[in-house]
Amino acid sequence: MQDRDDVLAELICPAGTPAALRTAVDAGADAVYCGLQNATNARNFPGLNFTPDELAEAVRYAHARGVKVLLALNTYPPAGKVALWREAADLGARLGVDAFIVADMGVADYIARTHPSVRLHLSVQAAASSPEAIRYYCEHFRVKRVVLPRILTIPEIRAIRREIPCEIETFIFGNHGLMVEGRCSLTNYLTGQSTNMDGVCSPASAVEYIRHPDGTMSAMLAGFTIDRFGADDKAGYPTICKGRYQAPHRPEGYYAFEEPISLNLSRLLPDLISAGVHAFKIEGRQRSKSYVRNVVASFRKAVDDIRAGRPANIVDLIALTEGQKETQGAFETKKWR
Amino acid sequence: MPHAKSIRQERARFPGADALSRVSCVLVQPVLTRIVRNVADKHPSLFARLGEHQATTYLIDPVELPFSLLLRPDPEALSLQAVPRDRLPQAGASIRGKFLLLLRLIDAGEDGDAAFFSRGLDIAGNTEAVVRLRNALDDIDGSIVEDCASMFGAPGRLILQQLRKTYGQANARS
Repeated sequence: MQDRDDVLAELICPAGTPAALRTAVDAGADAVYCGLQNATNARNFPGLNFTPDELAEAVRYAHARGVKVLLALNTYPPAGKVALWREAADLGARLGVDAFIVADMGVADYIARTHPSVRLHLSVQAAASSPEAIRYYCEHFRVKRVVLPRILTIPEIRAIRREIPCEIETFIFGNHGLMVEGRCSLTNYLTGQSTNMDGVCSPASAVEYIRHPDGTMSAMLAGFTIDRFGADDKAGYPTICKGRYQAPHRPEGYYAFEEPISLNLSRLLPDLISAGVHAFKIEGRQRSKSYVRNVVASFRKAVDDIRAGRPANIVDLIALTEGQKETQGAFETKKWR
Repeated sequence: MPHAKSIRQERARFPGADALSRVSCVLVQPVLTRIVRNVADKHPSLFARLGEHQATTYLIDPVELPFSLLLRPDPEALSLQAVPRDRLPQAGASIRGKFLLLLRLIDAGEDGDAAFFSRGLDIAGNTEAVVRLRNALDDIDGSIVEDCASMFGAPGRLILQQLRKTYGQANARS
């Protein structure tokens, strides 16, 4: 176990809009992460994200309260279109963001050379899950922190920590995210838009919900039915990975990839700290201020309790989870399914 | 926080429901016109987040009320109309839920995704338009609903307080 003085357990919180950023800061975030209104980030959703002026004001607001701002540039530039990512990095550096969250090596290399004073965090979109891969990013691009994929057990995280020269950040709440991140092409297959290059998983423009007279509801993506919810079923996001499909061996329909369920590691926070995790990330830039306020405040209290040596007071967040179900996923055991 | 409850039960029709719906529309329309103008004047920034969907029509359906609402958030032709339930127009997108849930969503008192997951909120039509409207409203600081209630002085605030109390009690029971 680390000494309490070494337990930073920074709380990294989502901000999809300027109002959500202020909400996260006021609810107790140590850092907020956000993105611009373009393909440079993996939540390039309609009506979401920041204009340059809004980002400038957000940095001022956060810094005035001692909170860091991390700019997500965590998508992959298509060949010949790197300028958008470079311009975003230049803007972020000029506005004084505290770190860039990157996935692409070209983007990391540009920032490391052009803005060497700004920290680089390796996005989960890079899917770096071995000490060898993480060390490569640290040695070549001076990456200071890695956001680990959500597929590792706590003993595995502890072992990785011993072999890498950078900080570790893990997700603690929100999307379960079991795909090999940064490599998923399911959305591209149906819609022609890329999660990893356009920043849109299941773009809203391709999603349609159809309500049937019997109370059931079909979720459609690009004209394909990816789920049909019974009148009493809870729903999830309209992503292919969380759809239900019929197959010859499962005519009743089944979750072929994963279920609509959210990660919640509130009960594992002490173990994660003990394993050497430096920062805890809350997923959900696409969620509302209500979500941000409730989730950030709950984890702020829990982390403060742990840092003070008290048992963590865990608040019930089930109403905010996808499918109204939660799991500790691989962090608890790789047999969670 | 309260859970949004399922809205799968259909409205029961009763004799005279259509007439009541039309009379209600006439009575409530002046209030709606004042409300939508007030919101637009106080929060002009929300139009930028709507983008091209300023021109989309949204059918907002509070399931307990005798009428629905048709919103066109176009700053050049802004309108919020009460429409009778037997004459619902075609709309680009529709949003359906209990009245007080919709009020809480407008004020970010409840999370829209969570309400959708719980099936307390139905959406149909252009999903991108709904997402843009949600994000535009969510970026507003303060309470639109309280601002609107305050337009009608102490009685407005009292009615809102009573509605919220009723909603809290109904959710606690169900």
